[in-house]
Amino acid sequence: MSRKVSEEEYQRTFSYKFSRWLEGDEIFPCDDTVDSKQEGIRKENVRRDEKLLRRRKEREKKNLVKRVYDLEHNTEIRIFRKIYRIFSVLFCVFLVAMLLTAVSALPDFGNAENPVNNEVAARYIEKGLQETGAVNIVTGMILDYRAFDTLGESHVLFIATCTVLILLRNDKRNEERSDRIHEPKNDVILQTVARILVPPVFIFGIYVILAGHLGPGGGFSGGAVIGAGLILYLNAFGFKKTEKFFTAKTYRRISFCALACYSIAKSYSFYTGANHIESVIPLGKPGAILSSGLILLLNICVGTVVAGTMYTFYVMFRKGDY
Amino acid sequence: MAVIEWIRFLIGGGLLLCGLAIFIIEIIGVFRFRYVLNRMHAAAMGDTLGIGFALLGLIVISGFNFTSLKLFLVIVFLWFSSPVSSHLIARLEVTTDEEKEKHYDIISINDHDKGKT
Repeated sequence: MSRKVSEEEYQRTFSYKFSRWLEGDEIFPCDDTVDSKQEGIRKENVRRDEKLLRRRKEREKKNLVKRVYDLEHNTEIRIFRKIYRIFSVLFCVFLVAMLLTAVSALPDFGNAENPVNNEVAARYIEKGLQETGAVNIVTGMILDYRAFDTLGESHVLFIATCTVLILLRNDKRNEERSDRIHEPKNDVILQTVARILVPPVFIFGIYVILAGHLGPGGGFSGGAVIGAGLILYLNAFGFKKTEKFFTAKTYRRISFCALACYSIAKSYSFYTGANHIESVIPLGKPGAILSSGLILLLNICVGTVVAGTMYTFYVMFRKGDY
Repeated sequence: MAVIEWIRFLIGGGLLLCGLAIFIIEIIGVFRFRYVLNRMHAAAMGDTLGIGFALLGLIVISGFNFTSLKLFLVIVFLWFSSPVSSHLIARLEVTTDEEKEKHYDIISINDHDKGKT
């Protein structure tokens, strides 16, 4: 049973007061540090100033556009702008209509005869262990049946980092823009904790990568853990220490080796699979750490690429020179 | 044996409820306080004591096995990481705050010692 209460009645209830108090609008009687009246006046002034400033900026921008494009005399641009507006609206309507028709043509969700429920999923579950040798079916799917996708993903990651490296690299000329001059912070608490925590984090990441075919885990998650450990180490001790074992050159070499290894291993299995040749790599006993053919190697490759990429992204985005 | 099981369940449930109560206090504090350091004080309470109580309750309920060992490791990790990250945020706030005098009183260590003795 619920009934509608009038605005005044609602303002007298406890829940209204509580929500006001939670949002910090109403000052509690004990909170006498702020003079509420003056605060309100000050706020209003600030708001009015902001509005004026914004309006002036808009006007200036309009004038600038007019001057740059010379709108009064350049008829081409004027016509183009009109047509552009009309066509953008038409394009949006067309896109929305297309997507809506596509959605309405989709089969019902959860229907047993949908194309999603085909023999592929059943085969993965039934024969996954037999054919890939991985106890973890998901890993078997990602790195064996669908290894081509994962190869593409790793390459996308690598290309993305290369782009970031090109875009955000500090060149020699503006060296002062690098925030390395503020390094290291020498925070004793952080350094002590990093000294204790970084080795277990690395060991855990390596465990997650190596046990990817036996349980939950794998290259991507383990690589992310190792990358986080590297970032923690960098934050605690600064670039001087990390540079001893990890520079841009190391990153490029490691990534290249890992991706090349991955590509060669997968090319071998694609070749044997396409020509119906028996692979020489034994599948091993399911559950052992050295089992399931190439999956362990592929996991290690993906893990190294992901760890290096995480670390490089962090370094680049905080303007640290490499 | 049933009695012991019940006692264990009750202790575990009580610890979980304690943790939840601390979390609720934390959330109210985070929304209510206006200044960063005040809000951090409220948030740190939940990240250490609240999660400690909640996970301790889960350990008591699950008994002594591998899962409880993992939960214990989670507590250790959180008790390492959460205070350190709050320490770093507080340090950043203190070094970058331009209106320090407005927000808090500054007492140097020497003054503090003099006041004590």
